[in-house]
Amino acid sequence: MKDMSYGAIMGRRNDIMKKAVGINYEEFSRGRFAFDYEEMMRKVGYTLDEIRSIQRETDVGETPLWEMKNLTRLARKLAPAGKGARIFIKDEAANPSGSFKARRASVSVYRAQQEGYKGVVSATSGNYGAAVASQAGKRNMDCIVVQEVFDSKGDGQPEILEKGRKCEAYGAEVLQLTVGPELFYTFLRVLEETGFFNASLYTPFGIAGVETLGYEVATELKEKEGRFPDKVLITHAGGGNLTGTARGLKKAGAENTEIVGVSVDLTGLHSASDYDFNRKSFTTGHTGFGVPFTTWPDRADVPLNAARSLRYMDRYLTVTQGQVFYATEALAQLEGLERGPAGNTSLAAALVLAGEMDRDEILVVQETEYTGAGKHPTAQLTFAREKGIEVRRGDPHEEKPGENVLIPRGPQDLFYKEMELDRLRKSYLKALQKQHPAPYSPEERDFLTEELKVDQEKLEELLKSI
Amino acid sequence: MERARKGDWVQVHQVIFSPGERSPNIPEETKKVPLELRVKGWLAIPEAQVGEEAVIKTPAGRELEGRLVAVNPPFTHGFGKPVQELLEIGPELRALLREEGAK
Repeated sequence: MKDMSYGAIMGRRNDIMKKAVGINYEEFSRGRFAFDYEEMMRKVGYTLDEIRSIQRETDVGETPLWEMKNLTRLARKLAPAGKGARIFIKDEAANPSGSFKARRASVSVYRAQQEGYKGVVSATSGNYGAAVASQAGKRNMDCIVVQEVFDSKGDGQPEILEKGRKCEAYGAEVLQLTVGPELFYTFLRVLEETGFFNASLYTPFGIAGVETLGYEVATELKEKEGRFPDKVLITHAGGGNLTGTARGLKKAGAENTEIVGVSVDLTGLHSASDYDFNRKSFTTGHTGFGVPFTTWPDRADVPLNAARSLRYMDRYLTVTQGQVFYATEALAQLEGLERGPAGNTSLAAALVLAGEMDRDEILVVQETEYTGAGKHPTAQLTFAREKGIEVRRGDPHEEKPGENVLIPRGPQDLFYKEMELDRLRKSYLKALQKQHPAPYSPEERDFLTEELKVDQEKLEELLKSI
Repeated sequence: MERARKGDWVQVHQVIFSPGERSPNIPEETKKVPLELRVKGWLAIPEAQVGEEAVIKTPAGRELEGRLVAVNPPFTHGFGKPVQELLEIGPELRALLREEGAK
């Protein structure tokens, strides 16, 4: 009998992963920690044209890009004279499973089928589970989704319950766990027992799948309006949406578009806490994923994470939970689009950011997601009140995650907080130094300048300051 | 006690780690409670009562064991209650855009 204890399974982790993703990550390694990122994306991934044809096979992508005329009017009303960029939104909810995650899943499931795997497994409590299940259904493959759903009282986060239901609707087996990072153990065990493919969010396949989103945003806008977007706002968690979109924009030639990551500020809530778990109204797109994945991407479920946001991010903004609910309401009431929390996180920041831009400029919120039971603001705020969270209208500056949700008193209350990228870069370097102490070789320094999107001089300055 | 027959859609429960077996690097409140798993599928044994050990066949075709906790479990999430603080936003924003100079 094989040893299935925690220690034994974790000890076999590299072997299990190698079999389950079919990538020999070692071949991209260039020393202690440096690796050839572009070589990995090229060799393992697919060209943009190949991805587009894979996605066409299963009805993914080519979603509409809409101009939000009323939200633009609103932003202009709040802005100083002459200011107020036009706001566009990419309606990714039109994908088969209701979110951009279909792009990511499509390539993984295609690859799994090509390589002869019988099924796919994914560890995710997000829309990605439904996306993998939907794509697996289209290719007649088995699918298992491992989710973190309940606290120890058996109370399920309504949004994750909905995501589980959706996975079941597409024919997946759903393993619903209580809170804890040992989810990874369960995931590894399932991979080993089934021999299925690891449809990880963080392989080159998954990230390449998102490149079409950035490519479409750039080319469609160019065709419609004669220019590339000035800013693209991307709701940020694990980094795949940001990385893939930014790469796609560049491939379309939109070299000067500013890449802005946006997360819901959940500062103070611990992601592995049984108590904090059900005290938040957002299950993803928040700082609890966004910050750690930015500063240490290789915490993912594959040896080398293809989602590396510091390589592409120009700015990182946070908004409060209450502001996202406000933006969700504004989108429904003024634009007739009832959509879920993911894209609306960026939309909340967009309403402020647009007011700082010139009128001839264009800002794109690059995703929407479906909404419904569990995901809807009424579901989340009812749940929050049941947990003793105060919900009222008030100044969102005073919101304290886990204690209250403050719904802005009017659009003038909307704001964003800017997270200093240098602070994130320093955290990255600190985490790196713990595992791989300085000094760094010239090759390692080259790698780091790419990882952090800085020049040698700046890298030196950052290294000195930590 | 509710009874399930072979082929019924049911939910089973397993304790994966008891409190003493949990990963050391997690918050205290999480360490104090077990890691639990719930999973749904079709009952794969002739019959079982809620509370008894059972075997299910999952949609992915796997056979899994666990304690039977529910027969045809309902979806418990919904839209919640209307939220007064949100209901106000639409009329406010529409009024704002109706004002002159909203271009």
